[in-house]
Amino acid sequence: MSEHHPRPERHGYSEQDVQREVTELEGRSATAARIFDLRRIIGGLFVVYGVIVTIAGISPSDASLHKSEGVNINLWTGLGMLLLGVFFLVWLKLRPAAPPRAPEREQPPE
Amino acid sequence: MQTPTNLAAGLRLPVNALDYALMAIYFAVVLGIGFAARRSVRTSLDFFLSGRSLPAWITGLAFVSANLAATEILGMAANSAQYGAYTVHWYWIGAIPAMVFLGLVMMPFYYGSKVRSVPEFLLLRFDRWAHLLSSALFAFAAVLIAGVNLYALAIVVEALLGWPQWLAVVVAGFFVLAYITLGGLSSAIYNEVLQFFVILAALIPLTVLGLKKAGGWGGLTDSLTAGHGHHFVTAWGGTGIGSANPLGANWLTIVLGLGFVLSFGYWTTNFAEVQRALSAKNLSAARRTPLIAAYPKIFIVFLVMIPGLVAAVLVPGIGTSDSDLQYNDAIPYLMQELLPNGVLGVAVTGLLAAFMAGMAANVSSFNTVFTNDIWARYVVRGREDAYYVRFGRLITVIGVLVSIGTAFLAASFSNIMAYLQTLFSFFNVPMFVVFVVGMFWKRASVRSGFWGLLAGTTAAMVNYFVVYKQGIVAIPTDQGANFVSAIAGFAAGAVVMVAVSLFTAPKPAEELRGLVYGTVSPGMAEPPAPGDDAWYRRPALLGWGALVLAAACYIPFSF
Repeated sequence: MSEHHPRPERHGYSEQDVQREVTELEGRSATAARIFDLRRIIGGLFVVYGVIVTIAGISPSDASLHKSEGVNINLWTGLGMLLLGVFFLVWLKLRPAAPPRAPEREQPPE
Repeated sequence: MQTPTNLAAGLRLPVNALDYALMAIYFAVVLGIGFAARRSVRTSLDFFLSGRSLPAWITGLAFVSANLAATEILGMAANSAQYGAYTVHWYWIGAIPAMVFLGLVMMPFYYGSKVRSVPEFLLLRFDRWAHLLSSALFAFAAVLIAGVNLYALAIVVEALLGWPQWLAVVVAGFFVLAYITLGGLSSAIYNEVLQFFVILAALIPLTVLGLKKAGGWGGLTDSLTAGHGHHFVTAWGGTGIGSANPLGANWLTIVLGLGFVLSFGYWTTNFAEVQRALSAKNLSAARRTPLIAAYPKIFIVFLVMIPGLVAAVLVPGIGTSDSDLQYNDAIPYLMQELLPNGVLGVAVTGLLAAFMAGMAANVSSFNTVFTNDIWARYVVRGREDAYYVRFGRLITVIGVLVSIGTAFLAASFSNIMAYLQTLFSFFNVPMFVVFVVGMFWKRASVRSGFWGLLAGTTAAMVNYFVVYKQGIVAIPTDQGANFVSAIAGFAAGAVVMVAVSLFTAPKPAEELRGLVYGTVSPGMAEPPAPGDDAWYRRPALLGWGALVLAAACYIPFSF
């Protein structure tokens, strides 16, 4: 970090160096173009969970009803999860992810 | 948070095939996310920072989720069973103001300077000594905290499901290892968001049934007032200076120690949190990350506090020798008492998910700091980018293996773990001093960072381990001593930084652009994305809204 060195000698230590490096990496990044939409996963998991737990709540045994203070908690939780799952799937349908900014390029040689 | 070191043996949950099926589905999805995220990793920026491309709602929920580890959930319920409504302080004053400050004030410097980690910011603002010290402290702490999480998971799984501890450690370690090695930060963040919803699906039914069992909110507060006194259900009762309360802290140490130093240190400089915001797709999304997280954070306290309070009513002697239940058993006990098969499976899944997410947040921030800040900077410099992706995967494997080792070590020396956790809570405090002085005082010299960091860490530890533990100054509880130590560390760090700065040369002004308050870096000039000018996306409105809401939440707990 001596002050007498010209800039290139201080590679990686100044803000310009970090900015240049990260901007270059951002240009080659593949996440935006290739990552799947998380809403589909959340929606799918909660629809499945919702269906399973709702079915468990359709004809509860007296023992399980007694345990949960007389509330059919499986039914309510199941329906709640189903609703959440459907919400994410509907959101995905109505507002699909924007197409990636730039067309995918082959990775340039290092 | 405290580690649940001993859960009562009688807490075995009556899980059946349905519950195990729900768990198996979740674990399959977790692995699936890892495999699916793998194809999005091309550069080191993809692996360590999701290519800085995620939308704000995802990074925001991951931000709150990375903190919502199971040690936090069980620990805060335990806090409530022990101290009552004081728990709200950890949320409304101990989190929200710091999160809003991060989003509104600090994020332009973090995100705009394009740093990839919190230590890298210190490298730009100060010098490599501050950088190396903070990187090393962070990497060390992150791996050990991941191990503590793993150990806590093993104890809970052993008590609730009857699995041997080694099996739980190896299985959970394997899943975290697999999905982070495959998909990097993207799969860690995606899994955190998923975990957020599963843990809500677990805690909401538990809270509702718990309240019903205790006779509603009115019945609950009446029983608590009768059993523990009125202060138990208020936030500020008995916190006057000089008056005694179970927390062992007065309003001044709560506001300064918890609300200012500890909370700002954790939320604004802990890279496991800040990393989520740095992976956002633009500056607006990065600023909104902690602000979006603040809203669920305000209300999550009810989902952990109410089960704790209900447990305190249902088991009058909890945590004392009158009962074989510990404070940490509050949530597992209610799960056992109230949840039928089905919801029970969701709840156990949520708890396991929370343990794994807590561990994954530490592992994914550890591999970033170790690769970018230590390896690529000081050990093997100037290699091609693909090399650092490979190294990041390798160090993830090593980090998880060390965590597994730590977990086994903790199993034999559980009190050492409690000590270590206290120790780590002090690392963030001097980091925060160095940040706040460096960000707001342009005269702070490059050398002052290192010495401030060192002095603050030392002072906090000396205060806790010598002054408090040796009984030189009497502080009634560990929590109270924590708050005082944090204040001491902050003051020492600030004084040393000012002193060192006065005797060393300032950093040239052109090298401070974008790093100090009042300056702008060229990187911040990027145009706003379409739609970001909508009123509900304005950071100032979101931030001030969260502050007002948190303050309003105090009102019903203040009388």
